[in-house]
Amino acid sequence: MPKLVKDGVIVDDQWQVLPKPEADESLNVPAGQFIVPLSVWLAQQDKLQARDDIGVWLDADEAAEQIGAKANTLPVIAVNFPTFMDGRAFSTARLLRERFGFTGELRAIGDFMRDQLCYLSRCGVNAFQFADAELDLTEEVKSLNDFTEYYQACVNQPIPLFRRRNP
Amino acid sequence: MYIYDEYDHTILKQRVAQFRDQTRRYLEGSLSEQKFLPLRLQNGLYVQRLAPMLRINVPYGMLNTTQLRRLARITRDYDKGYCHVSTRQNIQFNWPALERVPDILQELSEVEMHGTQSSGNCVRNITSDQFAGVAPDEIIDPRPYCEIIRQWASFHPEFAFLPRKFKIAISGSVSDRAAIAIHDIGLQLVKNEAGEIGFKVMVGGGLGRTPVIASVIREFLPEAHILTYIESIIRVYNLHGRRDNKFKARIKILVRAMTPEAFAEAVEQDWAHIKDSPSTLRPEDITRAKAFFTEPAYETIDDAAAQTQLDTLRADNIAFGKWLTRNVRAHRVPGYASVTLSLKPTGIAPGDITDTQLETIAELADEYCFSEVRTTHEQNIVLADVKKSDLFSVWQAAKKAGFATPNIGTLTDIICCPGGDFCSLANAKSIPIAEAIQRQFSDLDYVYDLGDLDVNISGCMNACGHHHVGHIGVLGVDKKGEEWYQVMLGGNSGNSASLAKVLGPAFSAEQMPSVVQNVVDTYLEHRNEEELFIDTYNRIGLTPFKERVYAKAS
Ligand code: SF4
Repeated sequence: MPKLVKDGVIVDDQWQVLPKPEADESLNVPAGQFIVPLSVWLAQQDKLQARDDIGVWLDADEAAEQIGAKANTLPVIAVNFPTFMDGRAFSTARLLRERFGFTGELRAIGDFMRDQLCYLSRCGVNAFQFADAELDLTEEVKSLNDFTEYYQACVNQPIPLFRRRNP
Repeated sequence: MYIYDEYDHTILKQRVAQFRDQTRRYLEGSLSEQKFLPLRLQNGLYVQRLAPMLRINVPYGMLNTTQLRRLARITRDYDKGYCHVSTRQNIQFNWPALERVPDILQELSEVEMHGTQSSGNCVRNITSDQFAGVAPDEIIDPRPYCEIIRQWASFHPEFAFLPRKFKIAISGSVSDRAAIAIHDIGLQLVKNEAGEIGFKVMVGGGLGRTPVIASVIREFLPEAHILTYIESIIRVYNLHGRRDNKFKARIKILVRAMTPEAFAEAVEQDWAHIKDSPSTLRPEDITRAKAFFTEPAYETIDDAAAQTQLDTLRADNIAFGKWLTRNVRAHRVPGYASVTLSLKPTGIAPGDITDTQLETIAELADEYCFSEVRTTHEQNIVLADVKKSDLFSVWQAAKKAGFATPNIGTLTDIICCPGGDFCSLANAKSIPIAEAIQRQFSDLDYVYDLGDLDVNISGCMNACGHHHVGHIGVLGVDKKGEEWYQVMLGGNSGNSASLAKVLGPAFSAEQMPSVVQNVVDTYLEHRNEEELFIDTYNRIGLTPFKERVYAKAS
């Protein structure tokens, strides 16, 4: 079974990510645990929302607001990196946590790299599905704790350092 | 000056360790070139035409003498014995070996310095007024706010992979010496009618291919809200800035596409959610930051007596007098003055400085200036707090060390990017053009009589030499593989910021000194008494210059 880094440990990945369907293809989501594209979830809300084994993934150009208040009806939301240089997922993740109060699994998918793990986890991402199955995850996961102290507030530390220094 | 505590040291140590490991993985082959690129850039490391270049942040231009001496040592031990002051107040090493960069960063971290976010698509070093805290026209000292924002921006987890680089500048005085209108965010400290401190917030300024003067999106933002408001600006940019075209990715393009009003509206909407979050500054947070920027131990001095003494010396010594006029400026504390050490003698690349010169400056600062100096975006170094009674000694020492060229703000105080001699993006060389212009105007008295005249040179459209805001701007262009230079006139970087207009077809390197001479001759012909170049230009426009330059050229 494919592996996933979740909450700092390497676990079996129970979920499968479904790719975006072709232009006018309508996707039939089979039984099982699937993370579906936002467009599919929006188009089939009635059917999919009745299930508790459906997650949603957001591409870089899709906004947290498109899930919005419904975030907590989902067990997992994924944010996609089309390339590791595209940093929109950092904001999207943070908004899902801070603005929409999402408490489920927030997963990074796509072309992110290990050197982004620490910042991603600060933004509220707690699961990392690396695209390259060959990677030694015990190595990759080491970057999660590159920093243990931070200046600014973010999801994992809502109190900025200036307040903690000067309580 | 800000002093690191345990928190700052811990974070910086972790950063050095992180980069050391990334460099190791890169050299070992387990981290690809492509993925190492943004990581090394965010630690200041470029790979240039001839060798790597390492850019070290000088936060808002402040350096102490321990740092100066460490920089000197690094240039000796790891480089060729000199470094470069950049147009963003930073220090650049031109020849470090990639595998030794982690060691350099470690050495720097010991003196509270680093290259973090000095490059790459992230929030860069915060720049400010080199006369902060000492300028007579200062409303509020910007440095505590610079430091608050610097800490907030450092290692910001959400904003490390923005569409493009992001630059913030802050001015706290009446006349803007930080060129805030050409920054992604420009902040002007102001007091409102109730006497409360806040910021006028501008966004979307910048040079490069599409030069734009920033638009004001908020006339008064109370100081408490500065961090959350900046957060909202950058979040809107991170989510909506263009990522498909590098040349259209700066925030200025987004602001223009949305219109400043719509952009401001988007910021306000985001901000409504975080406005009073814990990142809001309490009065005690601002007080704490201000405590790092208290006055040095100024003596009580009879200013009139000090001035009389100075005037006597001036009367006896014309060279000293000229230096006083050009390189020394008023200080808000009686009996003190600020000195600019010129890094622009003819024949030296503008902003270049050797290890021994760095040490000489450290000695001068220890003796005469509370052990602190500042770098300027005009690529010079400032001793901000010198007693008037020490000016003569400082002048003599500076003269001996080669820093006393009385050319600050004049035509030979050229702002110049590294250009084709060092930079892999260059279309043309810039340093030899600066030198040729300096040689053309080698008569110091003549230059002195011309008064304020900014000449800014960039080797390509990236505009590191800020050519659009030079009174005379020069841009290196490539014409069928040859280096040519486009000349523009009438730019200005201060309060009445304006962008220069192109004079006409480009020139060869050989033509450049005579072109500038023709521009200056045209000015002198039309000048009313002591009128400054920019005022004459604004009065008579581009045409007389154009006619003269191209008449001669053809
Ligand atoms: S303006 Fe161009 S040539 Fe000059 S330093 Fe910047 S990128 Fe290099």
